[in-house]
Amino acid sequence: MTTLSFDSSLDPILSRRAEIQKIASASVKRRKVYSKIGIALCLLCLVVACVPLLAIIGYTVAKGLPAWNSAFFTQVTKPEGIPNGGLWNAIVGSLIIDAVAVAVTVPFGVLGGLFLAESDGPIASAVRYAADVLTGVPSITVGIFGYIIWVKTVGSYSGYAGAFAIGIIMVPVIMRAAETALRGVPTNLYEAGLALGARKATVARRVTLPVALPGLITGVLLAVARGAGETAPLIFTIFGNQFMQTNPSKPMEALPLAIYSYSSQPYNDLVQIAWGGALLLMMVILILNVGARLVSARLRRERR
Amino acid sequence: MSTPSDFTQTIGLTTQEVFVTQEPGSTKVMRLEDVTVTFRGRPAVRGVTFDAYEKEVTALIGPSGSGKTTLLRALNRMHDTERSARVTGRIMLGDTSVNDKSTDPTLLRSRVGMVFQRPNPFPTMSIYDNAVAGLRFNGVRKKSLLDEAAESSLVAAALWDSVRERLKVSASTLSGGEQQRLCIARALAVEPEVLLMDEPTSALDPIATKRIEELIGELKDRVTIIIVTHNMQQAMRVSDRCAFLLMAEDRSGELIEYAPTSKLFSEPDDPRTLDYVHGRFG
Repeated sequence: MTTLSFDSSLDPILSRRAEIQKIASASVKRRKVYSKIGIALCLLCLVVACVPLLAIIGYTVAKGLPAWNSAFFTQVTKPEGIPNGGLWNAIVGSLIIDAVAVAVTVPFGVLGGLFLAESDGPIASAVRYAADVLTGVPSITVGIFGYIIWVKTVGSYSGYAGAFAIGIIMVPVIMRAAETALRGVPTNLYEAGLALGARKATVARRVTLPVALPGLITGVLLAVARGAGETAPLIFTIFGNQFMQTNPSKPMEALPLAIYSYSSQPYNDLVQIAWGGALLLMMVILILNVGARLVSARLRRERR
Repeated sequence: MSTPSDFTQTIGLTTQEVFVTQEPGSTKVMRLEDVTVTFRGRPAVRGVTFDAYEKEVTALIGPSGSGKTTLLRALNRMHDTERSARVTGRIMLGDTSVNDKSTDPTLLRSRVGMVFQRPNPFPTMSIYDNAVAGLRFNGVRKKSLLDEAAESSLVAAALWDSVRERLKVSASTLSGGEQQRLCIARALAVEPEVLLMDEPTSALDPIATKRIEELIGELKDRVTIIIVTHNMQQAMRVSDRCAFLLMAEDRSGELIEYAPTSKLFSEPDDPRTLDYVHGRFG
């Protein structure tokens, strides 16, 4: 009960208000200092976290850019000592292997993700768990797996075997990203479709998938970025090839593998080419990552 | 709807001076003069002028898009958190200019509390810790003051009797209505001069809504209340004065009429107000 007095000392609420405001304004200076210290710590940690990233990018650009000449992009790798070698065969090989991997894994990943998003049963949780474990499996293990399952069975190293191993890396990434994107679609849209008499599959195809599309594209691009940078799965599967090979059933060259094999050579020409390849691969992955963000941001904006 | 009254309401100040003479002795706690809030240069609510009086409940009503919530959030500098937002005009809390650069927003907000649409007690804190959270944030450590404020605010929020035995229990065990009353207690514990309420019952069932409305009536002796509501019956039940906002043709909200609630609902000056309170649109 408040009294109708104007003397604040008689009114418990007014006197408490005065006391609280006194403490608050007395402590505001101290709180501002703490706040500044906190912000400074955040900035410091941000800088520390960014230093290695920027150092890697800067160093790779500095070392790799001199290797970028017309021969680098148009010539196949030449044996040590012969000038004007390039990485054209590895660039083509990477494009083919990654294209095959994407073409095969996107349907598996997206449809699998759709299943995970729609179902909460024991099969779904087992698959989800398996996908999470698979994401964490060392890629060298995936390489050996590809060697045993594909190379041993077919009897030769090949681009297909590489695509198979890269695909194993990519599927769980796409699947989980697709699941997240599809789960993000509001249930009421799904129900609105059902309430119009549509079948589950129709609603998924006509309503849910289009709404989730930005997330799906982001997931696929990130998976490609992940797969394109992997070296270990390729070592045991595509073998490497100094010549141009566009037939994926034959041993091929690929960027990560070329970087791996040439960087440990004692010849300056080859090490130089490896740096150029590292820069190219880094740029491609950077562009894929930035592109993934742009695509999803743009589609989301258009939708509004 | 005579011409002179139309005239008085077009120039806000004159209208308010009429009210002051109608109710002598009531103190203006918050004064708004030509307040405009813009987002990315586009005004969301524009040119609002009115005063909120001590020991009164002022309701902001109007259809969606009329800028009620936007206006409310300008009153305790909540738009500071939105980079694209700009508030112009004068907002006075007593002698303090709310929007002035030299006014510390944290100190201001300890004087102008806020309750949100959805109950938002801090989920990791107990009921007691929630109630005194604002005090602790403001540097209060004295146990006696914390205990006193917790009890006083929980009593004022009509929650004390049901929670006094379980003050150390997590706040998320409370029902939605109780959580909202805890949020009111949390805001009251700092002993603000003004309490802003942004559709505080829109997420609650009718019974919980009724309790909050009763509470608002009991609280106005302690704190000046400015409440946004989309529910006209609620405005009629709880408020002493009403500000009616409407979206203009350029899609920014503007104040159509500000009057004592009884007048605004029975014989408003503006035909648009009459149409709205009679439910002909909105």
